[in-house]
Amino acid sequence: MSKVPDNLSYTKEHEWVQVLDANTIRFGITDFAQEALGDIVFVTLPAVGDDIASGESCGEVESTKSVSDIYAPVSGRVCAVNDLVETSPETINQDPYGNGWIAQVEVETSSLSGLLSADEYLAITTAS
Amino acid sequence: MRNGLERTLPGRLVGVSVDAQGKRAYRLALQTREQHIRREKATSNICTAQALLAVMSGMYAAYHGLSGLQEIALSASNLARQFANSVKSGGGQIRSESFFDTVCFSFGPSEKIVSACLAAGYNIRKIDADWCAVSFDETTTMEDLFAICSAIGIKSEPAVEIIETLRSETALTHPVFNSYHSETEMMRYLRKLSDLDLALDRTMIPLGSCTMKLNAATEMAAVTWPEFANAHPFAPANQSLGWRKLIKNLEDYLVEVTGYDAVSLQPNAGSQGRGEGHRNICLIPSSAHGTNAASAVMAGMKVVVVGCDDLGNVDLTDLKTKIAEHAENLSAIMVTYPSTHGVFEEGIGEICASVHDAGGQVYVDGANLNALVGIAQPGKFGSDVSHLNLHKTFCIPHGGGGPGVGPVGVRAHLAKFLPTNPLGTETGAISGSEFGSAGILPIPYAYIRMMSGEGLKLATQTAILSANYISKKLQNHFPTLYTNENGFVAHECILDMREITKETGVTVDDVAKRLIDYGFHAPTMSFPVAGTLMIEPTESESLFEIERFINAMSQIAFEISEIRSGKVKIDDSALRSAPHTSHVLLASDLEADERLHRAFPSGVNPANKYWPPVSRIDGAYGDRNLVCACPPIEDFAL
Repeated sequence: MSKVPDNLSYTKEHEWVQVLDANTIRFGITDFAQEALGDIVFVTLPAVGDDIASGESCGEVESTKSVSDIYAPVSGRVCAVNDLVETSPETINQDPYGNGWIAQVEVETSSLSGLLSADEYLAITTAS
Repeated sequence: MRNGLERTLPGRLVGVSVDAQGKRAYRLALQTREQHIRREKATSNICTAQALLAVMSGMYAAYHGLSGLQEIALSASNLARQFANSVKSGGGQIRSESFFDTVCFSFGPSEKIVSACLAAGYNIRKIDADWCAVSFDETTTMEDLFAICSAIGIKSEPAVEIIETLRSETALTHPVFNSYHSETEMMRYLRKLSDLDLALDRTMIPLGSCTMKLNAATEMAAVTWPEFANAHPFAPANQSLGWRKLIKNLEDYLVEVTGYDAVSLQPNAGSQGRGEGHRNICLIPSSAHGTNAASAVMAGMKVVVVGCDDLGNVDLTDLKTKIAEHAENLSAIMVTYPSTHGVFEEGIGEICASVHDAGGQVYVDGANLNALVGIAQPGKFGSDVSHLNLHKTFCIPHGGGGPGVGPVGVRAHLAKFLPTNPLGTETGAISGSEFGSAGILPIPYAYIRMMSGEGLKLATQTAILSANYISKKLQNHFPTLYTNENGFVAHECILDMREITKETGVTVDDVAKRLIDYGFHAPTMSFPVAGTLMIEPTESESLFEIERFINAMSQIAFEISEIRSGKVKIDDSALRSAPHTSHVLLASDLEADERLHRAFPSGVNPANKYWPPVSRIDGAYGDRNLVCACPPIEDFAL
């Protein structure tokens, strides 16, 4: 059973979102996503300064058997990316909600309307 | 290539990784670049490659080594130099003093020079009215040089200087280029390499979607005949009458097989045979052959995916919605029939008609033509254009990926878009030569001639029967994912492992690797559906071999049942540690019975045992630490 921490928000594309402060969020891919992908071998991150739009692809996660887009969970400007997952992509498998985060985004307000709660996300993953 | 561009490199990469014992092992690296995974963003095509030709080039370098290659180059270059000197002292001109093996010269009207050489038995190139060119290689002798000089009417001068190589740094230092310089050594080296392989000469290769059928010796013999092997692709038409007759006949046979009006043999792969249209939306069902999306994108189209229903068929409602949405810009639909789900789609006629009604063209991918030959013609059930894979359906060796021939067949209204001669005035060629990889066309020609129409039809029926036989015999162990309404598959079947994986943890990898212990090449894994195995026996496998395969799969099902019942833990199981090398089992502290079971499971004769050279390979390690260069020489020290 994959982990779905209560304190995070989610998208149906299997990203999680954490509010860091009034204007910043951090996101990554969920435990369910990393498990479905298998051994992750390569990650393409957005660049710091990129404007990303909610629902659009802003990077890629590649495992030994598949490639998936990383969909921006929110709209805003990328203010930090996690270099660690570039050099050690397996970190996403080991710690998807912690050291395996993908990027931080500056948003106008960290309103998370449109995102899913842990319960709602859990319902999606158990249905599929 | 510099770091960071690995994933955009075209073609397949053999990379270094480690196996379960931590030993060096090679496997294809970065497989996610392949078209069946990355679809429209792919940079590699798993279905067709020039691997066989790459191997031939590699062996040429291994046999000759650095000094041998230099000697060959020097001999060609010295002959060219000698010829140039002869032209100059005869009063002719050469165009440039900087040349390697080809001399461009002028000595009176080209027409006269070319016909004089032809009369002496040599084709030389006419560049324009005043200039000709002659090339020399290691097969050219002094006698040839004398004969050409004499035909042109000049006296052959002795070489005045022997040129030396300017290259100072060394090359080809790897042991493989320095060990096999005699035929005996080369023979043993090739034998050693082939012993590592689990190829068609030992086992069926049940890879679904690949059509790994027999490449009969008789079909291939003619490829080596000098009349075919040594003809220049641009030899004058009147010197290649036989060639042209063979090609014309083959085109006619393929027209008859497909029901189209015209066929071009120029494309080197199915993926090259696609792409035509004025509007820019291309509909592609999720069940289409994996390479379709990438081809569409290369042709400048935008891909819109059409979904499938629970039976694996194109969802006709979704199709109609997408057609309506994109009606104005609809260019074409690319469908694979029978689909990559291994099913003859009953809606194919309606699919074709819906797209035609909206002004689009229908492209039927011929990847699965082995299920149609002699039974149905794509050109007659509503398709406008198809490519075929002669390296699948028509017996050109497909191991390692080719070389392929991917002819394109079209209905009459598209015939004017077929590839044109690269030396002609039109600009529609897609290969460097008029007939593409013509050198391997005697193979499909011989296949068709030896089989006859009746034989081809019987082959198709047998291929379909064999797939259905395997599907039915294994259904209690491994259910078939997609069938038609009557419970039948086409020429391949997808065995669904996902429930088994959920229950027991046994994955498609475990089954595929354990099959190696049984002496079988793996089926296609996780394509087109993750967590499944796709099997295509083709008509070439005897009932004996098919039963041997069914037995191995049934034994594996029993091994799975022991994990399910809790008798065996998955991490201790033969499935998880497969494949087993002789070294691992000899050094193992398992009970003797268990070691024997792992090495020689029921149905495996110890005398015919195939021993894998490596344990299970860690794919992720290799992809995270990409090394595609040879390991350092020290690693090869004995």
